[in-house]
Amino acid sequence: MSAQDPRLLLQAAPLLKQRLSTRGAMLDVLLALLPATLAGLWFFGLSGLLVLTASILGSIMTEWFFTPEEARRQHLLDGSGFLTGLLLGLTLPPSLPLWMAFIGGAVSIGLGKLIWGGLGQNLFNPALVGRAFLLATFPNAMTTWSPAGGPADFFQLHASNLAMPFMHVEYDGVSSATPLGLMKFEYQDTSLSNLLIGNISGCIGETSGLLLLLGGAYMLWRRVIDWRIPASILLSVALFSSVLFAFGPDRYPGPLFSIFAGSLLIGAFYMATDPVSSPITPRGAWIFGVGIGLLVVLIRIFGGFPEGVMYAILLMNAATPLIDRYTQPRVFGRGGAGR
Amino acid sequence: MNVLPGFLRRGFAHGVHPEGFKERTADLPTQRMPFVDRYVMPLNQHLGAPAIPLVETGDRVRRGQLIAEPGAFVSTSLHSPVTGRVTAIANRRFPGGVFARSIEIETDPYATQRLDPKPPVDWRDLTAEDFVAQVQHAGIVGMGGAAFPSHVKYSIPEGQRIDHLLVNGAECEPFLTNDHRLMVERPDALLRGIEIILHNLGAREATIGVELNKPDAITALESHLKPSQPISIVPLQVKYPQGAEKMLIKAIYDKEVPAGELPRDLGIAVNNVGTVVAIADWFETGSPLIERILTVSGPGVVNPSNLIVPLGTPVREVLNYCGGLKDQAIELVMGGPMMGMPIASLDVPVLKGTSGILAFTKVGNSRPREYPCIRCGRCLEACPYFLNPSRLARLAKARLFEEMNNYFVMDCVECGSCTYACPSRIPIVQLIRTAKSQLRQPGAADQ
Repeated sequence: MSAQDPRLLLQAAPLLKQRLSTRGAMLDVLLALLPATLAGLWFFGLSGLLVLTASILGSIMTEWFFTPEEARRQHLLDGSGFLTGLLLGLTLPPSLPLWMAFIGGAVSIGLGKLIWGGLGQNLFNPALVGRAFLLATFPNAMTTWSPAGGPADFFQLHASNLAMPFMHVEYDGVSSATPLGLMKFEYQDTSLSNLLIGNISGCIGETSGLLLLLGGAYMLWRRVIDWRIPASILLSVALFSSVLFAFGPDRYPGPLFSIFAGSLLIGAFYMATDPVSSPITPRGAWIFGVGIGLLVVLIRIFGGFPEGVMYAILLMNAATPLIDRYTQPRVFGRGGAGR
Repeated sequence: MNVLPGFLRRGFAHGVHPEGFKERTADLPTQRMPFVDRYVMPLNQHLGAPAIPLVETGDRVRRGQLIAEPGAFVSTSLHSPVTGRVTAIANRRFPGGVFARSIEIETDPYATQRLDPKPPVDWRDLTAEDFVAQVQHAGIVGMGGAAFPSHVKYSIPEGQRIDHLLVNGAECEPFLTNDHRLMVERPDALLRGIEIILHNLGAREATIGVELNKPDAITALESHLKPSQPISIVPLQVKYPQGAEKMLIKAIYDKEVPAGELPRDLGIAVNNVGTVVAIADWFETGSPLIERILTVSGPGVVNPSNLIVPLGTPVREVLNYCGGLKDQAIELVMGGPMMGMPIASLDVPVLKGTSGILAFTKVGNSRPREYPCIRCGRCLEACPYFLNPSRLARLAKARLFEEMNNYFVMDCVECGSCTYACPSRIPIVQLIRTAKSQLRQPGAADQ
């Protein structure tokens, strides 16, 4: 070897890589959430913005605090902490006291992700862990809904947003039930067009079915989510609720209402598709989705809560390792299914 | 004539679609590289046992002379690529950053380098054993990159027969165009080689599989095909790893070679187009395997080319002939970018299995930051063997090698599609390779 030879790197093949990166996939999901987020701000104004900010800050600051200094840059830049905070915020009621939203974000990252070993290791969807924590801890605040407003009311902040930690919370104005609550407790239907547009009461980001579908379509086009999961959830919810609807049209909601009301769309496209906590095998994805669909209908109709998407996804998250184990793909040149 | 129209192109499930980068050399005719001062012939440049030298330091050798004999049945012969003098039999640089025992030959500057004429062998009148011995004597190996001695494929065990000869012209590795040029420039030799192999194996038919991105190769072969020949040309989907033996069989015969079995268990022999041409050359002109076609390409090479290069030529000389390396070139690979061998030194010689020399630059190939696996499943969609690379990589990182057997790690052919597809930049196939070598060492996996 002569002195002027270049210093050569020895790197085992393959040397080519496709372009998509994990960080890019996170940014794609954030981009897909943008329309629904903007709609949430349109309908719920400054309160919505502050709740989202508090929840995102709770996530990011927890991630920063519990990450060793040398890894902080990479961990914060991968976008997963921001995404978790945003997803959580979008599933919170707009009148929630900000300190609760902040705690929710901290729990999402702390108990939902970091305690498991960080990105890629968690069993449950982190945002839903935070939400389940909030619902169990602050049931009143988490189920007090306010009606959707418009841009004219943008600066009308809910007084409850600014409640001090651990102090009694006063809710202002009229509280108003969500479409699922109206259906469950008062047998009152909400028109499909309102469900599609989103001028209904509910969580900040889940009210506009149309914009959630738009973001979902973008993610499917970019192939950052597995199409089987939303497809199987929506189809099974439609199927199971159609069966019930056929038995009692006056008591049970129809399939379209079931799909567009509540957090089913945000759950099916943005939460259940979290690759970390959903099955990796194609057959597993179908089982996972149908399980969620069945549980959603069961909880909504026969459970004590008007909404069941969160628990349905968390329960199926718990089943994911088992599903993966029994749905290993059939290996090329081997007759039976793998292990 | 049994040529499928393009819309009936065939393929296999899964796989990846890397950019081809073939346009830089696809239309360049092959040039013959001139002789250089020094040649190095590693004794283990084929799979199997190393060859045993028949010459000693100081011996004069003629071009095409036998200089090493097979060390076992799964081993093959070496012939001198040049007329000159043996200067050493010692360790010389080899791909992968290691050394290998090699015969070093200094070129005689006054020799004509003409190949000694030999009478052509009558291939129609050989016994099965003679044919196998002839191929082994000619030193012919799989020219696609694996360098597996070809005569082993032609020795059919008692009770088995070969009905189909599958000729691999897929050339699915990006950058490489050596098989492409061979099919365009020597279709007659390829078809004659097929006839020789068909006759001696007693096979009924031959199929040439060519990826659709080489339409001129398909046209050239079709125009030389005689209606009487039982040979068909099948256009294939452009997809990596289409040229992997078992993927090719799936694409053409729609059969899965059972795990642990060989194509010949299904009555199929698979040969690379380069191998078939080498067979034709030996039986028709008596030229043993002393040179080969290779593609020199990649973003770090000044003049990408297709070359006929004598075996044993140092990579340095090949690159100099192609205008040298660009300044930013930092990485050299022998073979394709997906499965090739990295080389650490310009003194490594061209081997029988060297289908290309690729130079990469820092810009195109900076080492990307690795993220944790988020179980996105892209590796599962990429793996042509339907393995679970995500799971395998996790187990390998935890050093749970035994557990990896439950996920059929040994079925992996190391095509690298998983690493290519991984958005987290996890070196999946590299982890699997490590695990496989651990599992092959008896007792090592228990630790």
